[in-house]
Amino acid sequence: MSTIATKIWTTPRLRAWLAALALLIVAYGLVPYFGTTYLLEAILTPFLALSLAAVGLNLLTGYAGQLSLGTAAFMATGAFAAYNFNLRIHGLPLTVSLLLAGACAAAIGILFGLPSLRLRGFYLAVSTLAAQFFVQWVLTKFGWFSNNNPSGVIDAPPLSLFGFSFEGPLGRYLFTLTVVVILTAVAQRIVSTQTGHDFIAIRDNELAARVIGIPVLRTKLLAFGLSSFIVGVAGVLWAFAYLRTVEPAGFNLDRSFQIVFIIIIGGLASIRGAFFGAALIVVFPVILSCLGSWLFGGLFDSGILDMSQRIILGLLIIIFLIVEPNGLVALWDRLSQSLSSITASKRNHP
Amino acid sequence: MVNFDFAFLIEVLVGGLLAGVMYSLVAIGFVLIYKTSGVLNFAQGAMVLFAALTFVSLLERGVPFWLSLIITLAVMVILGIAVERVVLRPLVNQPPITLFMATLGLSYIIEGAAQLLWGTQVHGLELGIDDTPFEIAGVLISKFDLVAAAIAAGMVILLTAFFRYTRIGLAFRAVADDQFAALAVGLRLPQIWAAVWTAAGMVALVAGLMWGARLGVQFSLSLVVLKALPVLVLGGFDSILGAIVGGLLIGASEKLAEVYIGPMFGGGIEGWFAYVVALVFLLIRPAGLFGQKLVERA
Repeated sequence: MSTIATKIWTTPRLRAWLAALALLIVAYGLVPYFGTTYLLEAILTPFLALSLAAVGLNLLTGYAGQLSLGTAAFMATGAFAAYNFNLRIHGLPLTVSLLLAGACAAAIGILFGLPSLRLRGFYLAVSTLAAQFFVQWVLTKFGWFSNNNPSGVIDAPPLSLFGFSFEGPLGRYLFTLTVVVILTAVAQRIVSTQTGHDFIAIRDNELAARVIGIPVLRTKLLAFGLSSFIVGVAGVLWAFAYLRTVEPAGFNLDRSFQIVFIIIIGGLASIRGAFFGAALIVVFPVILSCLGSWLFGGLFDSGILDMSQRIILGLLIIIFLIVEPNGLVALWDRLSQSLSSITASKRNHP
Repeated sequence: MVNFDFAFLIEVLVGGLLAGVMYSLVAIGFVLIYKTSGVLNFAQGAMVLFAALTFVSLLERGVPFWLSLIITLAVMVILGIAVERVVLRPLVNQPPITLFMATLGLSYIIEGAAQLLWGTQVHGLELGIDDTPFEIAGVLISKFDLVAAAIAAGMVILLTAFFRYTRIGLAFRAVADDQFAALAVGLRLPQIWAAVWTAAGMVALVAGLMWGARLGVQFSLSLVVLKALPVLVLGGFDSILGAIVGGLLIGASEKLAEVYIGPMFGGGIEGWFAYVVALVFLLIRPAGLFGQKLVERA
């Protein structure tokens, strides 16, 4: 009896399900009771939004192998689209405007994904920068998008769903969490279906993919569309739930690079990796600034600390790439594997 | 189009071409590294900033011009060797995207270090070239731009001669051609990469001086990288000639668009127009201007 139980427990599929279930219980059951406002507002909400953006980018870059440096542009598209749908169509439910925002981001993503039909690798990466600059320019240049607000900074509308309003840090956290959980499940589903396998085939060998009958062009555009949809919704969360303002400057090139860092540090072609990477990128500056003020107090001004933080982030990225090129996910898997082998050997030799 | 000002058009065109030369100056640094190691070095902009900031700060501390130049060159050499030793060597055989990310990290480090060392204020840089425009056949041309163009031309000639007539230049070409074959005949890749990064550092210094004299030496100098990227896409990442021609094309079309199309949108289009030019061009002609024609852009 016990051997069967162990066997079931050790099947990776079941273990993954149980781990996901445990995480959900913690996120929905424990965090709301024990999380402080600071934790919810300044750490968990941006962490979830960035994770979702990284999940989206990972579909495109990690699975389909198309490097994009314009992620922030698609986030901005989503955020501004949701804002405008909310503003201009009265009484539109938030779910619908979220979906529409994702659809807008997907459309823009497919448009800027068109060069991928002809360009590859760095040529494509550079051309996605066009999206970054163009979208940001359009959003700042034409006042219509920000409802002719002179400062270009606009307040996000209140979040409410099915008559239930998500107010305060906890409400916004729960809203973000729910959206992220749903879209992550969708992404996880996509990568395990034929579509996901098509993505990987194109990434690994485009010619071979074409030979075995995968419609390469359509699949690439699909990757751009799906990825941008998720990234766009992440942009809505970032603007509505975390910043609570919508402004183009928040979606600059640095943000795009940040998302790329997240998937590289977390692990390419891994949904879990996006969360690992985002956790590191969000928590790391907080730790660093705490450490800085604790160690040096008011010895240095904020400019120097800022510069040092930049240097340390750069160092961290390089060290990560050298030590663990497959990302935190690989590290985690190795750790848990060696842990389980230790427990297994203990069980066999009591 | 009754009283179309033709002289003005020429003036805009020439101004654009000369501005394009400035883009090429930065782009050449990329090409050197991409050609020999297949790395798209995003840190090139940071190197431009670092070189210019070091040079200016030395000048301001009373170090004579030539000595500052030599010291800055030495610093760039050390930087090149350090990058090879610390960043590139441990990452041998990693996919290109990993190396690209590493150069992104590197650009953070160099930018941070440059400003931590020398401060964040804007420095003026006076190279002794006056920027007064003069007139040729009714067209106003900036003297500074002409000097910049001459320097760029000199650099290209020097680099071409270097690649063609020196032993180490030959080694560079061998590595660019086929890394495994180069290794097989006994070339030392680490040394060559260090040399290439050093050369790119020197190119960065030249670019930094010219751009610094133009804009003032400040953080935004590292953003010239964003101006050089469309030039590279257009000209090909691995062609010095492409970097020059691409720079000229981008510079000219950007200026023309700014003057003739820009006002329709209320200006500010220079941030993205170069990318659109490069993209449209590549959609028509995917092999780019120069560079390897046999292989698809990969």
